[in-house]
This record gives sequence, structure tokens and C-alpha cells, in this order.
Amino acid sequence: MGTLKFLIEKEFKQTLRNSIIPKLIVGYPIMVMLIFPWAINFEVKNIKVSVVDHNNSVYSQRLIQKVDASKYFIINNITSSYDEAMVDIEKTNADIILEIQPFFDKNIVKNKTADVMLSANSVDGTRGLLGNAYLSQILNDYSSELRSELAHTDMSPKHKMSAINIIPQYKFNENLDYKVFMIPALMVMMVTLICGILPALNIVSEKENGTIQQINVTPISKYQFILAKLIPYWIIGFIILSIAFVVVGLLYGIWPAGGFFPLYISSLVFIVGISGLGLIISNYSETLQQAMFLAFFFILIIILLSGLFTPIASMPKWAQIVAYSNPLSYFMEIMRMVYLKGSSYRGIANPLLFLTAFAVGFNTWAVLSYRKR
Amino acid sequence: MKNNIIVEVSELTKKFGNFTAVDNITFKVTEGEIFGFLGANGAGKTTAMQMLIGLSKQTSGEAFVAGYNIRTESEEIKKNIGYMSQKFSLYEDLKVWENIRLFAGIYGMKDKDIAEKTDDLLKRLDFEDERNTLVKSLPLGWKQKLAFSVAIFHNPKIVFLDEPTGGVDPATRRQFWEMIYKAAEDNITVFATTHYMDEAEYCDRVSIMVDGRIDALDTPSNLKAHFEAKDMDEVFRKLARKATRD
Repeated sequence: MGTLKFLIEKEFKQTLRNSIIPKLIVGYPIMVMLIFPWAINFEVKNIKVSVVDHNNSVYSQRLIQKVDASKYFIINNITSSYDEAMVDIEKTNADIILEIQPFFDKNIVKNKTADVMLSANSVDGTRGLLGNAYLSQILNDYSSELRSELAHTDMSPKHKMSAINIIPQYKFNENLDYKVFMIPALMVMMVTLICGILPALNIVSEKENGTIQQINVTPISKYQFILAKLIPYWIIGFIILSIAFVVVGLLYGIWPAGGFFPLYISSLVFIVGISGLGLIISNYSETLQQAMFLAFFFILIIILLSGLFTPIASMPKWAQIVAYSNPLSYFMEIMRMVYLKGSSYRGIANPLLFLTAFAVGFNTWAVLSYRKR
Repeated sequence: MKNNIIVEVSELTKKFGNFTAVDNITFKVTEGEIFGFLGANGAGKTTAMQMLIGLSKQTSGEAFVAGYNIRTESEEIKKNIGYMSQKFSLYEDLKVWENIRLFAGIYGMKDKDIAEKTDDLLKRLDFEDERNTLVKSLPLGWKQKLAFSVAIFHNPKIVFLDEPTGGVDPATRRQFWEMIYKAAEDNITVFATTHYMDEAEYCDRVSIMVDGRIDALDTPSNLKAHFEAKDMDEVFRKLARKATRD
């Protein structure tokens, strides 16, 4: 135990003397939480619409105004020729064409039904698809609006149809705010990078400098050496997370609904696990280059297959299997549950159990593969 | 006292696949001796030394260092030896006193003893002004002297030096060997590999490895007489000529 004190002291001196790491510890969480929640956003906004208005009536004008008033759409051009609208699409001035048929107003009044045509540029699939869906929503709104108006004007009971409204209700993140959804996941990503890669690079650089050989001829046990390497990064991980919690709270007013304690407990388990993965990487690399490449290889896989950007449920079966054998998936689940749903221990017990299993597994592997030659 | 055996090696062999790096070597080193372990590049010196300090396991044969078996008791050996390698291996981003404190602490010394002994050492080396200097900004010769001092700071029974004076100027090499003599006076056995044949003359006894075997082992004067050579350089060249390995 006495030896460990000297080793940890050494690691802290080296870390604090490093020209980048202390700045990184403070700057990284602030920057990530300040910038990424705005940038990593799957909401589609500012969809450009070219309207082909063959009708040019009060009803069609009203429709156009309604589209224009929506925050999702920008009316790019109003024309009477479909070909002209197609040119807009080709020049990427427009994402969607809304074509209003010639007898739109008459059909609405007489037949209570009218046709419009939507054509979406699907080169950017998400934009096309979501734009289409949003626009259909507006059309639905408009049609029910018209129905009730018309029903009022001719008062006959047969026209009094009740407009069916579908009001989707989203729980726990009522406004479907992507920021709220992404922030817990970004925290996970940050801790993964700091606590997974940094200790691995640290150990490998000792190999490259030859100092590890000096350590290997001393009576230090491999547990002491590894612990002394990891403890500083565990502490750094906690500092970074705490800074992120505060930044997010002050900046976005988002505080963990389930309280801080379950967050810290599961972070501890996760950090121990992910630094174990870093150790495994360092044990199999002789040079910094190898370690970097191995680390990026794994980090890319575990981040992309964790449900950070895309829901695990919509992945193909094989990718789901990878995602479920990925500690990040579980930690992200916990973070989102605690942050958004306010889950307490009972809610996170299962993923926490998986995380613990990963931590034990990775670290056992790390200790076994570290050879004090 | 002088006749206690500190290193006893018998029929030690190390193979890497078909290649026999160390071929059945047998020798003894007595306590307080300065033992020169010579050989051309690739003769197997470093491999042999790494087995003795527990960094690599032998293929066959037995060896005892400070009374402990290198096969089964390497952790005990590590408590009783010092080691300094050709690759400079103190922490460059730690200060002089911090390096001393770290390695002393690793060998289980107490804070108070470390502080006292550090003062003594820095005074003796005339290093007091450099106490708070980062090791990376020291000149190489000073680094090597510091590394040696750190290697014997915990009073090991034997210190292994792997080409300690590589790349160091002659004046500093002389000072370095004075430090080695001083350590030997304090009854620390010195086991050193070197390329410099003038340094071989400073040793009590010298072994010369050729192709993984020990081809000669005696005092420098006996070796010169035996090979009818005027200096160790000539002895070495006569032996090395027999080498078949590249």
C-alpha cells in the first residue's frame, strides 16, 4: 500500500505537468456540452419548398401561408409551372414540391375533398422523408380546419363531421428536444474517450520510453502498477462528468431527474470497466501508433453501436447483438433513464448489473494480459 | 565476506525458436566484485542479463542471484537488486528529487529516510542546485550519474548495469567509474556490460561472450597474459574473430 502512494503521486505530478491534459480536463466537458447539443441534432428544419399553384385562389393562398408559417419550411418559389419547380429541385434550391391542382378551391367547397401532390427530393433521405411527413401533417390540419369552417357555414347536420385529431404524446421528453436526448449520451462518449484512451496511451508511452522496464525490475506488483495508472484517470473522469453536469444544468436547465447519486454510482462502474478496456489495448500494443489505431478501432465501433445516434431497436439483428455486448449501450441507457425519466436504482438495476459484469471481465482480462517480463 | 557468492549461474540457456541466444553459460560472481560482462553486439549479453534480473525466463539451466532462484523467486530477486539500462530510464518529466523519491519509495523506504538520504546524495554529487530541475533538461552524462545513484539508492546487494556509459564523454565516464568503485567499496556488487575496452581494465574480473557462449573469464591481467595481448582491446578482437554470428 505504501508503494502505491508513491506511484500515484508520480502519476499526478506527470499528469498535471503535461501541457495539454489539465486544460483538457476543464475545457473538454465545457466545450462538448456547449457545442454538441446544438450541432448533433436530427430535427429537420428549413426545408425548402417550391409551390406549384395551378389554382391561385384564396384557399390555395391560405395553404401556402400555413406552410410558410411553419418553422420547418421555407417557401422558396411560387410558380405555376411544374417544370420550373423541378429546376429548383435540380439546383437544390428546393427539397419538396407542393403542387396544388387547378380546381382546388372548387373541389373543396363542392366535394369536400381536393388533391395536392407532394414530390420530395430523396437524395437526402431523412430530409425528404421527414419533410414529407411534416407537410402532410400541415395538410391534414388545414383540411380539418376547412371542414369545420364549411360545416359552420352551411350548418346542415350531415356536414357536421368531427375532425379526428391524432395528438401524439411523447413522454419524458415532451418537446421531443434532441438536446435533452443527446446530452446524457454525449457525457458517456466523453468519459469513454478520456478514461478509455488516455490510460492506454500513458502505459504504452512508458513502454516506448523504456521506463516500464525500469519499473519491471523493481518489486512493484502488476496490480499496484495498474492501479496507480488507473486511479488518476478515474478521478479525472469524475471531475469531467461533474463539470458537464453543472454546465448542462446552468446552460440548459437540465438536471438529472433521478438525482446525482445513481449517476455517480453507475459512472464509477462504467469508468472502471472502460479503463480496463484501455488497459487491454495497451497490453497488446508495443508502440503509441498501434495503441492509437487499436483504440480508435474499438472506440468507433462501441460508440456507433451503442444507440448514441441510432436506436438499437432499428439496427439489423447482428448489429443488435454487438450493441448488447457493448458496455456503452448500458451506460447510455442508464444515463438517459436517470436524466430524463428520473429512474432510480430499481429502474437501472439491470443495465447496472451488465456494466458490473463488463467491468469485472475487462479488468480480469487486463490483469491477465499484463506481463511483467 | 569477500568470498560470498552473489551470482551463481550454471548451464543457463535461452533459445528463441531455433536461435540459441545464450548457450549453456556457467559462472560465479562474488560479493563486492566489479564484474565486466563483455561481448560483441548480439553475443547474448543483454539476454543473459535479462534472465538474471527476472525480465525473461530461461529455456534451461539454473541461476541464483542474491541466493534466490531466478526461475521461481524473481520477485524476491527484484527486492535485492538495482538496475540501470543502456536506454536512459528515469522519468524525464519528473524533477531530480522526485525521481529519487519515486524509486526509493518503490523499494519501501520511508518518507523521512528518503528526504535525508536525498540531501546526502545531492550534496555528494554536487547536484544541490539541480534538485528542482526536470530530468529532461539535464545533460546526458549527469542523467547517467543520477540514474546510477538512483539504482543503488536503496542499497541493493548487486547492481546490474547494461552499457551504462554509452554515448558519454571520457571525462564523465571516468567520474562514472569512480562512482562504481565507491559502490563496490560499500559492498555492492557491480555487474556491468560495456563496449569500452578501457573500462574492462577497471573490472576485477571480465567474461567475454562470443556467440552466446562465455569464451573467456578471468582477471584482465590474466587474460592479457593468456592471449599474449598488450591490452583488453586486443584480447577482445582475438576472441571476437572466432564469432560466426553476424
